[in-house]
Amino acid sequence: MPNYTLQVNGSEKNVNVEADTPLLWVLRDTLELTGTKFGCGAGLCGACSVHVNGMLTRSCLTPISQAAGKKITTIEGLDANSLHPLQKAWIAEDVPQCGYCQSGQIMAAAALLAKTPHPTDAQITESMSANLCRCGTYDRIRKAIHRAAGGAK
Amino acid sequence: MTFSRRAFLRTSTAAATGLVIGFYLPSRARAEDAAAFAPNAYLSITPEGKITIVVARSEMGQGVRTSLPMILAEELEADWKQIEIEQAGASNLFGDQTTGGSASVRTTWEPMRKAGAQAREMLISAAAQQWNVVRENCKAENSFVVHAVSGRKLSYGNLATAAGKLPVPENPPLKTSGYKIVGKPIPRLDTPSKVNGSVVYGIDFRVPEMKYAVLARCETIGGKVASFDAGAAKQRPGVSFVDKISDSAIAVVADSTWNAIKARRALRVIWDEGPNKDLDSAAISKSLHDADESKAVKFFSAGDVTNVKGKKIEAAYELPFMAHAPMEPGNCTAHFRGEECEVWAPTQVPQDCRDTIAPLIGLKPEQVKVNITLLGGGFGRRLEHDYAVEAALLSKAINAPVKITWTREDDMRCSTYRPVSLHKLSATLDANGWPTSFTHRIIGPSINGQKGSQPVKGVDADFPDEASFIYPIPNVSLEYVMTETPVPLGWMRSVYALQMAFASESFADELAAAAGKDPLAYRLHLLSKDTDIQYFDATWHTARLRAVLQFAAEKAGWKTPLPAGRHRGIACFGCFSSYAANVVEVSMANGEPRVHRVVTAIDCGTVVNPNILDQQVHSAVVYGLANALRAQITIEKGRVAQANFNDYQPIRMNEAPRIEAHFVSSTEPPSGAGEPPVPPLAPALCNAIYAATKKRIRALPILS
Repeated sequence: MPNYTLQVNGSEKNVNVEADTPLLWVLRDTLELTGTKFGCGAGLCGACSVHVNGMLTRSCLTPISQAAGKKITTIEGLDANSLHPLQKAWIAEDVPQCGYCQSGQIMAAAALLAKTPHPTDAQITESMSANLCRCGTYDRIRKAIHRAAGGAK
Repeated sequence: MTFSRRAFLRTSTAAATGLVIGFYLPSRARAEDAAAFAPNAYLSITPEGKITIVVARSEMGQGVRTSLPMILAEELEADWKQIEIEQAGASNLFGDQTTGGSASVRTTWEPMRKAGAQAREMLISAAAQQWNVVRENCKAENSFVVHAVSGRKLSYGNLATAAGKLPVPENPPLKTSGYKIVGKPIPRLDTPSKVNGSVVYGIDFRVPEMKYAVLARCETIGGKVASFDAGAAKQRPGVSFVDKISDSAIAVVADSTWNAIKARRALRVIWDEGPNKDLDSAAISKSLHDADESKAVKFFSAGDVTNVKGKKIEAAYELPFMAHAPMEPGNCTAHFRGEECEVWAPTQVPQDCRDTIAPLIGLKPEQVKVNITLLGGGFGRRLEHDYAVEAALLSKAINAPVKITWTREDDMRCSTYRPVSLHKLSATLDANGWPTSFTHRIIGPSINGQKGSQPVKGVDADFPDEASFIYPIPNVSLEYVMTETPVPLGWMRSVYALQMAFASESFADELAAAAGKDPLAYRLHLLSKDTDIQYFDATWHTARLRAVLQFAAEKAGWKTPLPAGRHRGIACFGCFSSYAANVVEVSMANGEPRVHRVVTAIDCGTVVNPNILDQQVHSAVVYGLANALRAQITIEKGRVAQANFNDYQPIRMNEAPRIEAHFVSSTEPPSGAGEPPVPPLAPALCNAIYAATKKRIRALPILS
């Protein structure tokens, strides 16, 4: 099996997996970073969202061969102390219910704030509609993003 | 995450050195416990002051790992900050551990309060003895016992050992007011772990040397494996096992989930598609329309509907199969070790898993240990034991620990589904437009019937909780025609209440329209007299339904005109011992509704945690909206046609309305919360669409 090197949450990892193995399964099964979730395997739900070289990426559709050599950030590495403003806001708004989609939601929100530090409601809706939540936490997600952003500007 | 064995060891250890409170739940628990007779431990307090409350239900997002401990901590007079929780596994110590039917809070309210109160009384007694003072001068507060006269205080930890030696009071006094924890919007205990990736769901669970598996299941309903060629699959990297584990499924085991998924694609199977290979949705619908209605069973009646004169109104409504589609796909980890088997299951039915698995792998129930992991959503899907059975069978077959994972397509196509139903309603209106008779006949397959449970008074055993009718019309008849289907059926959030409410609350709107009256005023008139309605073993109160209707309408500004293009609809329903009303505000664009705002009022008795109840209402509205707009499973050539979130589309943020949740202030015991706001959503939405278009929607989904 081919060997790949990638930077995951700031540390270098070597993995031996098939070239078409999605980054999702490398993270979950090989590197034991299970915060990134399997939801649909088809890029439809966003539960598997991570950042690849800073870009919001569906890890379920990204083969390891395309992730090799790149900087991968998962929910576990979003902040060294898990105190990213979004994580603090998520706690303050008590967003999660079952919580399964929330890693992906937070990674999507982090990508949004990186580009648009003070998003409007419409910008939040546009960015976050790619991520499904079956528990219906959307109102609180929106509030938490506004809170982390310090309000819309 | 800690599991019941550890919990039990801890509480057993604590018994020697601290305080452990046990109690028995009524009814079903007793027979099961006859052999065990171990004290049931919901609470332990160590001499170090650690207070641990055991949660015996499954956390699937509804907040039981916070709300249930709150109930006990309230009576314990505990400092909430000191509370730690432990998740129990399948046990004989906690009664029925099924998590469903919006029952966790309502069925554990009394026993959890009693457990906390017993401990509190024992701690007070221990302190009074230690100080040698009159007990009545001592009180418990914030994890201390305080002597009012001298101001002395002792912590629960300091008192734990002495308290543990005292007799357990049988009927400790319980609070009826002055709550310090119950009723407060306390943050969920599980939130921090859910925002940093550290929390472990079933699908995240692993044990050393664990294998990864997916199964090839026959997607044709009722089909079986005829033959298969595992040659190519076995050649795939990492694959260690490919074989049949049941008549209808072949397991593919590998060293990673992806290698198992890839190998499954290389598996060649010839399926014996069986008797349903030509079944389709049209034939299923026809079977409802052709059902033998002479078999109708009357499950509720008032007066006599047969001889009522007046203006007749009739309508029929129809609902499709729906899929639960929780975000965490099906999965389970099992480790068969010869004389025992350990299972880690994201399940709503740990005891059913244990008891079903045991005989299938040649063990006794006590040799099967089922741990409850965290659930990434349930909605009723995890009331089935299928995942756990597959994992246990496979672990035995390969003699190794194994995690099975369902793909989204597996979950969509090989699931259980909310049953289809057809509803025939008729009513008679008097000269003023008020109904003098109301008949609702539901025709559809029975979930409990298909699973082999006995009917209750001729109807599905779920009806008492889910099929009420609270309008005290003089002549009423609710009737059921039980049909059959080979399509696997399951309990999906609010179950029959969704169907019953869609039909009867849409029809109530039709009656109001026929009478030329405002839909809210019409309902309020019907509910204007305080009446108690006896329904199976329950009593429903018109006053409580009327109150939620008025509450929702007032908060929604029912009497305030809307801007041009906006329209409202309203509906109410009682189920799971609670009452809920929704007001839905829509606009129409290109013939499709856009839902802007939903105002929900719920009366679920005493509110344990308004923060979590607010979440539950939001969840119910979004789930109900998905059910109403698009949720539809169709059958083609004996198979489910949908596969993933592209053709079975839940609500996303761009479709999510503004949601306002309002709670009736009540001192009644808590009743159901997670499901009751779901059923009135679809009819309120359809009634709003009628207000906008004058077109009645009599079949779901709305966008089909």
